Amino acid sequence: MKNIKQRMSGCAKHPYVQEKVMKLLFFLTALVSIAAVILICIFLFASGIPAIKEIGLFKFLLGTSWKPANNLYGILPMIVGSLYVTAGALIIGVPIGILTAVFMARFAPRSIYAPLKAAVNLMAGIPSVVYGFFGLVVLVPFIREAFGGRGMSVLTASVLLGLMILPTIISVSEASIRAVPESCYEGGLALGASHERSVFFTVLPAARSGIFAGVVLGIGRAVGETMAVMMVAGNQPAIPDSILSGVRTLTTNIVLEMGYSTDLHREALIGTAVVLFVFILIINLSLSLGGRRVK
Amino acid sequence: MVGTLKQQWRAYRRDPKSFFLFLSVWLAALITMLALIFIIAYILIKGIPNLTPGLFDSKYTTENVSLLPALINTLFMMLLSLLFAVPVGIGAAIYLTEYARRGNKLISIIGITAETLSGIPSIVYGLFGSLFFVKYLGLGLSLLSGALTLSIMILPLIMRTTEEALRSVPDSYREGSFGLGAGKLRTVFSIVLPSAVPGILSGVILGIGRIVGESAALIYTAGTVAEIATSIFSSARTLSVHMYSISGEGLYIKQTYGAAVVLLVVVILINALSGFVAKKIGR
Repeated sequence: MKNIKQRMSGCAKHPYVQEKVMKLLFFLTALVSIAAVILICIFLFASGIPAIKEIGLFKFLLGTSWKPANNLYGILPMIVGSLYVTAGALIIGVPIGILTAVFMARFAPRSIYAPLKAAVNLMAGIPSVVYGFFGLVVLVPFIREAFGGRGMSVLTASVLLGLMILPTIISVSEASIRAVPESCYEGGLALGASHERSVFFTVLPAARSGIFAGVVLGIGRAVGETMAVMMVAGNQPAIPDSILSGVRTLTTNIVLEMGYSTDLHREALIGTAVVLFVFILIINLSLSLGGRRVK
Repeated sequence: MVGTLKQQWRAYRRDPKSFFLFLSVWLAALITMLALIFIIAYILIKGIPNLTPGLFDSKYTTENVSLLPALINTLFMMLLSLLFAVPVGIGAAIYLTEYARRGNKLISIIGITAETLSGIPSIVYGLFGSLFFVKYLGLGLSLLSGALTLSIMILPLIMRTTEEALRSVPDSYREGSFGLGAGKLRTVFSIVLPSAVPGILSGVILGIGRIVGESAALIYTAGTVAEIATSIFSSARTLSVHMYSISGEGLYIKQTYGAAVVLLVVVILINALSGFVAKKIGR
């Protein structure tokens, strides 16, 4: 191994201009992702933070009314909305997702596994507008008929998002369940546990860090989802008082009003994006910290 | 696993908890499968009758909401985004695997930034694109702004898959190449990259899937003009954006179904292609 490395670095020192130029070029392409993150931070923060300052941090984060026409920019309803919808999506997506992952890793006969795997991959690939449209023409009327209300609600958005985060949770969890050493499972069997008990009480706990990662990625997807939520959630900028009332999330707030906003209104929307961005950074951070701790 | 169904059943009678767990995993898998089948079947059954020839007219008018221009724009958008993202992504992956020394701080920083990029919601990309490409660089609402935004979005995906593909190329290949007197660059381009092609390709296909499905990042970067783009500076809507715009107006439910079918078929084809490539890698 060391030998290769020495030779490789030896080759890199050949005095060919071409080699040097290409190495520099590769180096520059590697820096693009860093540059992108820095640019995104600069452009969001440069327009978002002054707006938040002008509105006042507490008025912005904790204000309960969003009325751009009256210069009221409180995004608490959207923060709460995002939290509700994400929590709802997790309630639906996590149990189904983890159980499906267990099924795929440990229960599925081969003839069922292949189509199921293809289905999960396809689910991940369906565009969010298609999910949103499906929600609009199927879920909204269904929930209106079954539970009353206008149909566009926290519940509708949660069910739809729950479906949308399934593939993320399933594929990450399945991979981590498969990564558990076979000896764990066999040890369970040897102690007299049934197949099911062995899978659920020895394999599953051993895979918990990976499953946790899958759930966190699912949270990220649910918080960040825009179009599908916008099409089914009703979008009223008020804190929902029941799961059947309409809701607006951080993402939809931006996309709904960005088109016609000007001045402070526009900057307040960018401020919304800053809050969303910080949320996502926290989620990412918890993921890498969680992953490190378990490793 | 061992034993006949009858024995299994007797075991479950004695151990209802196991039976419950057994049932719940089957149920969950069934729900997942049925949900997907229901979505696809519903859209196809409701949508296919709405696929009129008018939808594939080369001209978009308010009377005839044709989706063909949007479909062609999607193709442009895809090619343009890949043009930016693929060379940069592959170059970065080459640097990370072939040039950077292991334990280099830069590698971990690039890893963290790539992870951050892949977690950012598409609407934030859209907002950034409209602030940076559209306003700051003055590219306007255009195919180019949209493609640049999307290329940043798919960059981490292409970087990661290429990196994995390059890492799975055995070191003996490189040694062999060096042993024959080839330089570093030559080794990378004629030995390492060719053997990593299937892996890179699967990343590109995943990227295409994301480009085709994206809408939130494009509304405020590429705009929503429903004509075929005449240059990279003209605003153009892709099929996903098209579908979103006409679904919001409420007048074009039939055409929206049509667009959904086309979009779904494209996604299914992309998935089949990526499955095919994945099989090639496995061999």
